[in-house]
Amino acid sequence: MLDKGKSVQAIISEIGTSKTALLPILLAVQDASPAHYVNEAAMNEIAARLKLSRSRVYSTASFYSEISLKPRGRNIVQVCVNAPCENAGKAAIIRALENELTITLGETSADAQFTLEGVNCLGACYLSPAIKVNGRLYGNLTAAAAVDIIRQCREGEAN
Amino acid sequence: MNIRRNGQSDLVFNIEWQGGQTGAQIDLPDYLARGGYQALRRALATDPAQVVQTVKDAGLRGRGGAAFPTGLKMEHVRDNLELERYVICNADEGEPGTFKDRFVMTHLPFQLLEGMTLAAYAVGANRGIIYIRYEYPEAQASIRHSIAAAVEAGLLGDNILGSEFSFHLEIFSGAGSYLCGEETALLSSIEGKKGRPRLKPPYPTQSGLWGKPTLINNVETLANLPAIIGRGAVWYRSLGTADSPGTKLISLSGDVNNRGLFEVPFGVSFREIIESCGGGIKNGRKLKAVNIGGASGVVVPPHELDCRLEYGACAKREITIGSGAVFVLDDTRSILDNVRNRAAFFLHESCGKCTPCREGLRQVNRIIGALCGGAGTASDLAKLERYTRTMQQAAFCGLGQAAGNTLISSLAYFRSEYEAACRDVQPAAKKEGTA
Repeated sequence: MLDKGKSVQAIISEIGTSKTALLPILLAVQDASPAHYVNEAAMNEIAARLKLSRSRVYSTASFYSEISLKPRGRNIVQVCVNAPCENAGKAAIIRALENELTITLGETSADAQFTLEGVNCLGACYLSPAIKVNGRLYGNLTAAAAVDIIRQCREGEAN
Repeated sequence: MNIRRNGQSDLVFNIEWQGGQTGAQIDLPDYLARGGYQALRRALATDPAQVVQTVKDAGLRGRGGAAFPTGLKMEHVRDNLELERYVICNADEGEPGTFKDRFVMTHLPFQLLEGMTLAAYAVGANRGIIYIRYEYPEAQASIRHSIAAAVEAGLLGDNILGSEFSFHLEIFSGAGSYLCGEETALLSSIEGKKGRPRLKPPYPTQSGLWGKPTLINNVETLANLPAIIGRGAVWYRSLGTADSPGTKLISLSGDVNNRGLFEVPFGVSFREIIESCGGGIKNGRKLKAVNIGGASGVVVPPHELDCRLEYGACAKREITIGSGAVFVLDDTRSILDNVRNRAAFFLHESCGKCTPCREGLRQVNRIIGALCGGAGTASDLAKLERYTRTMQQAAFCGLGQAAGNTLISSLAYFRSEYEAACRDVQPAAKKEGTA
């Protein structure tokens, strides 16, 4: 994990400008962004430094599900929406999270503290239903346990 | 979770997989104590062509889903006149219901690294890449540490084990795309483009990364190589069946008592997998259907489960072993709901390059939505079949070709459930269909 606030320039000088560098740079820029996204200015800077067209950078950035072009919350809550998690009770988990965060799937809370996303298979079907919060996996969830994880996140931020 | 050995005490992976996130990893000293890197030592003393021959003799086939003979793939790269070659490990495990590669990377990383090094030696490549999906940060960390440890121990990098052979390995992270598990889309992704597939032929073995000959194999396939080279083709063929030698990692999920990862020799039946590995159906319920091969696999009723896990036997019954995902549905589950979930998944992951997949999936989703909302008609079922056949026959890549497998198989085996959801089908048929 890169330091928050690291500049695009610093990231590019670390990763380099080889032909394979575009995707790693986009991911690192997103990691360094407090709002977990890649903005237009960053894409333009990457294009200029890698000597690629801006459309080419946008084409790659917009293709991948894990790269966001819109600002997201400080905490990212991802719910697996595939069949094994669906059968294990995904709907109840989503309902509980939506109630607790007062947003619906795909939205960011008004205070920009949380984004709730549906994602495809987390490869944790032995633990379904599973969610990921800030990259950490939680499995065998109940609705109450999912809400607890959110509350712990809030407490963690408050302290 | 224990591996069920079905009478054989010694398989390819031989590890007690732990559920959850913190299972014990076999680190480098442990791996060496288990006889790790003996195969590489032996291989480096022989001709690379001999390594390829042993893999061919062992009858290893690709474990990512396509089941292409691995030795043949290696030979194609080896025989290429171009000297700059690559070995790529496809660790973009995106097939819903599959988690075997995650476990290999977090629990047995050195078996994968040794396998990749063996493959590189066999095909004459000096550079390799492990393409790991973004959703597996634990696996990326495990492989990153393991590469550093292997380099430190002289098992990777320049002049491996004092030989002339050098092999440099790096990690490339995906960014959330199921399609990048398709080998040519994966290559595009590494090259900094969006992960769209390329036309085959030319195959990656002729024109792969940057147009150079490239061996692309799944994690499980490569992790089989140390066992094959270390213990020989004859030993390997003593596992499994004549048609399908070796073992398969099975990702078992759904309504069974024990979910998890199991290593089973080829030749066991799907019923045995569900009963002896899975410990039967949860809460004493009855088995309704099993989805084999993940989202791109098929849905079959209980009477098909005596089919043996074997490429030939499965092909005859149109069962796709795929990546080895086995997802069990009990008698409370709706087939239509599960098909709707699969269709939504493929619509999200389709890249939009070709019309059959892009438009076909849109129509399929519309029709299944109508069926689930009680607004479907019998003519919709005929359309579903037609659109799915079109995707199977005309889609550009494997994603679109396989996207309708769940649909077509469930329409064949569970048609009454579809008919029950149609508003213009006779009530008699409806009664039979509603389980």
